[in-house]
Amino acid sequence: MPKFITTLFVIGMVASLAACSGLKPVEKGKGTGEAAGEKQQGDARYGAEAGGPLDIKQLDNPDSLLSVRVIYFDLDSSQVSDEGREVLSTHAQFLSAHPELKVVLEGHTDERGTREYNLALGERRAKAVQQLMLLQGVSEDQIQVISFGEERPVALDHDEAAWKLNRRVEILYSGIQ
Amino acid sequence: MLSRISAILLLSLTLVSQGEAVLTIDITEGTEGAVSIAVVPFEWSGKTAPPVSLANIVAADLHRSGYFSPFPERDMVARPHDFKQVNFGTWRAANVDYLVAGRLQSLGDGTYQVQFQLMDVLKGTQLAGYSIRSRESDLRRTAHQMSDIIYKAITGKPGAFDTRIAYVTVTKKGKQGNVYQLAVADADGYNEQVIYESTQPLMSPDWAPDGNHVVYVSFARGRSEIYIQNIFTRKTERVADFKGLNSAPEYSPDGKRLALTLSKDGNPEVYIMDIASKRLQRITRNSAIDTEPTWMPDGKSIVFTSDRGGSPQLYQVSISNNGASGRPRRLTYEGNYNARPTVSPDGRNIAMVHREQGKFRIALLELNTGRFRVITDSRLDESPSFAPNGSMIIYATEDNYRGVLAAVSVDGRAQQKLRLKSGDVREPSWSSFKAH
Repeated sequence: MPKFITTLFVIGMVASLAACSGLKPVEKGKGTGEAAGEKQQGDARYGAEAGGPLDIKQLDNPDSLLSVRVIYFDLDSSQVSDEGREVLSTHAQFLSAHPELKVVLEGHTDERGTREYNLALGERRAKAVQQLMLLQGVSEDQIQVISFGEERPVALDHDEAAWKLNRRVEILYSGIQ
Repeated sequence: MLSRISAILLLSLTLVSQGEAVLTIDITEGTEGAVSIAVVPFEWSGKTAPPVSLANIVAADLHRSGYFSPFPERDMVARPHDFKQVNFGTWRAANVDYLVAGRLQSLGDGTYQVQFQLMDVLKGTQLAGYSIRSRESDLRRTAHQMSDIIYKAITGKPGAFDTRIAYVTVTKKGKQGNVYQLAVADADGYNEQVIYESTQPLMSPDWAPDGNHVVYVSFARGRSEIYIQNIFTRKTERVADFKGLNSAPEYSPDGKRLALTLSKDGNPEVYIMDIASKRLQRITRNSAIDTEPTWMPDGKSIVFTSDRGGSPQLYQVSISNNGASGRPRRLTYEGNYNARPTVSPDGRNIAMVHREQGKFRIALLELNTGRFRVITDSRLDESPSFAPNGSMIIYATEDNYRGVLAAVSVDGRAQQKLRLKSGDVREPSWSSFKAH
């Protein structure tokens, strides 16, 4: 039941965006050819038809929340923020509609603190995201968790602004892009 | 204690002669009350310049220890090469406490004879005298062994000059990303050898007690896995590639086991692996993060980082043949971040990374008394590792936004920095006495 509510919520958010035309053709993920034919099979697939809010092409729509692939965290924390939950739910919904897709959740930390503890903290962040996705109907074999700790910063400066960008979980779709 | 800056840059030694000295050492903290020692240039009868300057290497070693202040060569009024040639009065007048003099001789077959004597200037006596035969490629090592002999004769404690360090370097290669290297070098930064290179992150190197192997974590296959490598044959074995984290390996004192962190059972837990059989023993059982295990020197307990109390703190747990015995005991209470412990060779002190006011520094906890003191003063200090004689701690820090290594004497008196010409250097691990 919570899944249904989330579906409505996400559809409401992206419905107007989905109407946008001029989507660039994207490389198709494995199995997308069948997606349209299978769409009647269940609620989870609702919206996955071509042009729908869960159409695989939405992954490349810069106006869709699906184009947001990073969830940020507070210092020392693996608590997913409200903003992060919104992003995560959109992806969870999308993944439920596309069981053929897989993601890697890559956990990262900023450079402060010890490297080995940060490797564990990065994993804890990625697992927090994974847990919420599983609760929203994504199947376990669609998600792989990897932590890089502080070893792969995106921002190379050594200040609050950079640290904020580096405390993150990246959602990486495999077989796409 | 270190906020006072005394006598910055007493000596700057730029190591360039062999074209392979990649680390440069600057001594950044003075040595008040250091013992004055004159190391006279060695007699050399060859027609060309001697292959190495033994006196310079020895003087630099002794200076780095923080206990000694080498007497400047330019102020030497005499150049004796053995006890008989020494006029102690002139050295006493120059306030020199100890004198080292000797000879280097080529034996013609690619080997050399090194002779030296250590003299107590006040007493006018010889404290040590040695004759060492050495190949040309081993002459630097011979000099470090001389430093060990001199250090021991004067302080009564073993020196750690004839030892090595392992570390990770990171250099940017254009848009291709980073190149990560695992290198080993002499403790003075010379003779660097890269033993492993990857475009993927590389971390947590630790020397085996036998001095021949290093264990580390590599992301070469896309995630953290643990490898053991022989530094001479380069032979490599992947020892842990379980689902989840494979992290923070550290050799047991007997070299037969690893303490490590695995999250294969759901969240990071400390395990012990028997290296030969790969048999695992689970040590911790807690939903919090448990990681960064390190051994007490007797091999009977493990100290590790856990945030089971809400913030990372150090805990100690006894181990038996069946895993943990008894509950982990919390060791640290100072502040809300104490992590990455490493135990001094005598088991009396634990060095760790401690956060105070948002800055990460190296702190020492004296186990008997509970005395806690912060011994470094920058903001991103990490990865402390003790010299095998316990006299110094090498650690990683930053300098002008670059990763450098620094060493501090345990009493806080001497400090030095080791940097690369370009790129970052980090995660030092100091070898045992056996390395070479």
